[in-house]
Amino acid sequence: MKKPAGAAGAAAIEKPPFALRLKRDMRANWSIYLMALPFLAYFIIFHYVPMGGVLMAFQDFSIKKGIFGSRWVGMQQFETFFNSPYFTRTLTNTLLISFYGLLFSFPFPIIFALCLNEVRNKHFKKITQTISYLPYFISVVVVVAILTDFSKANGVLTQMAAALGDDGGALISRPEWFRTLYIGSNMWQHLGYNSIIFISALASIDPELYEAAVIDGAGRWKQTLYITLPGIVSTIVVLLILRLGQIMSVGYEKIILMYGPATYETADVISSYMYRVGIQDSNYSYSTAINLFNSVINFIILFVANAFSRKISETSLW
Amino acid sequence: MLQRTNGQKVFAVFNTIGLVLLSIIFILPVWHVAMGSISDPLKVSATSGLILTPLGEPTMGGYKLVMQNNSILMSYLNTFIYVLGSTAIGLVLNILAAYVLSRKNLMFKGIIVFVVMFTMIFNGGLIPTYILVRNLGMLDTRWAIILPGCVTAYNIIIMRTSFSQIPDELYEAARIDGAGNFRILWQIVVPVSKAIIAVIVLFYAIQQWNAWFNASIYLTKRELFPLQLTLREIVLLSSENSIVAEADGQDVEIYRPLIKYATIMVSVIPMMVIYPFIQKYFVTGVMIGSVKG
Repeated sequence: MKKPAGAAGAAAIEKPPFALRLKRDMRANWSIYLMALPFLAYFIIFHYVPMGGVLMAFQDFSIKKGIFGSRWVGMQQFETFFNSPYFTRTLTNTLLISFYGLLFSFPFPIIFALCLNEVRNKHFKKITQTISYLPYFISVVVVVAILTDFSKANGVLTQMAAALGDDGGALISRPEWFRTLYIGSNMWQHLGYNSIIFISALASIDPELYEAAVIDGAGRWKQTLYITLPGIVSTIVVLLILRLGQIMSVGYEKIILMYGPATYETADVISSYMYRVGIQDSNYSYSTAINLFNSVINFIILFVANAFSRKISETSLW
Repeated sequence: MLQRTNGQKVFAVFNTIGLVLLSIIFILPVWHVAMGSISDPLKVSATSGLILTPLGEPTMGGYKLVMQNNSILMSYLNTFIYVLGSTAIGLVLNILAAYVLSRKNLMFKGIIVFVVMFTMIFNGGLIPTYILVRNLGMLDTRWAIILPGCVTAYNIIIMRTSFSQIPDELYEAARIDGAGNFRILWQIVVPVSKAIIAVIVLFYAIQQWNAWFNASIYLTKRELFPLQLTLREIVLLSSENSIVAEADGQDVEIYRPLIKYATIMVSVIPMMVIYPFIQKYFVTGVMIGSVKG
């Protein structure tokens, strides 16, 4: 509640007591609260109950006894994870996939948006853009299916690698190729989608700036350097920081479709390991502990990244 | 008209060529599958290159086999049920939430906003959600696919942003006429927000059409499988056998190499058909989403 500015007497107007405010609020807004019930119930059941379920990370959870009857074991599940060989391996793989993913897939949507911005023919521009986000609509299952087909023993990608001197056979079953295939197919699927935000940032640059630059004798290149890039640099910085905030989160959905025991060495990330021990081995507490560890780290990194973003650009997630 | 220097003309040519090549790369993998699905099966098994035109005599044999297959048809139907069900429920919850969050002067608005927004940065995770679905008795029921994830905070915020832009005068006028919140929502807000509703419907429908993971952990009955899960079994777990076993006739062995391609196409075609009509809504939605709500 903001107090009226500058009025010394205003402080004398006391806030009505809680009960009275509640009564007024309910009389005026009861129907809005009625509307809120269904979705609040949904969020409580499907989001907050599982959040409470996270407690099983500190238990030796048994599905028969439930969360209230299971034995508490403190940090034991976490210790098991930190001491297992999987810890280093999945942590390294998660960070490497994130890092290379960021390195390669972050700049391309920007370059693509800049190139598209230089196109004068509106129809060509529109068609290219439309085609670019078509892969985004294709399901992960189909993307991985096509990827697998291309990187089987006589697949297109394997043959291309062979032509360049690679002779190890099917790329899909080789650990040294996993990251390339994973990140490459991600780029194929998301480049167009990720460029939308840059394209709209470019479109919002004031055309008068360009006109003024032309009068000052600036060529295309100088215009790009001094008007276009500064115009989108804040968008770039914010997105980069937010992406950095997700450096520890690599989802399992695509990984588990792509990997196999032969490629675990480079493919197994924290989330896919969490999936395996949880769903396939039914080791519920252990899996939840791994997930909680990952979530807490994510939460901290995101928090720092967000604070950083707010500080340098006044833009933030919250 | 601005004069273009030679350097600019050269750049424009290379830029155009580069973008055309990129567009081809975006389309090529799907094109390969499309052409492969109608090629001569023997030649498909033998080739190791991209299939740019149908190899040999074009044939619909692969599709015939897929269309005769009960598990594919059933999972197709299931996917429609899941898409309709979760989009309908999600949309209703989403509209209610967006309306509530766009109202001012609510005493508990802060709490409601928090309850919704917090789910964007933290969730219980895989196992606690699985245990919940199990405890609700939804394992091996359609509800396990329809309900979890049917409404998301992200989409609520997109719609809230749009609802907030409706001028206050419209609400005031309606209120003076004696309309309550339900009538205002239904007769004023929803009719003027058709575009954003289309965007949200699109987001939910695509998400469900492409989903496979929840089905893989919540369902064991094959007759409830959505298309993507059946697709995964056929093309990634290489169990064409299940298909082959169901069909009869000697066609089966011959067309075996086409089954994967034809199945992929069957799942992609509906999306490709509606894509030109929906893509403009899609861009609108992504832009609203990228501007912080």
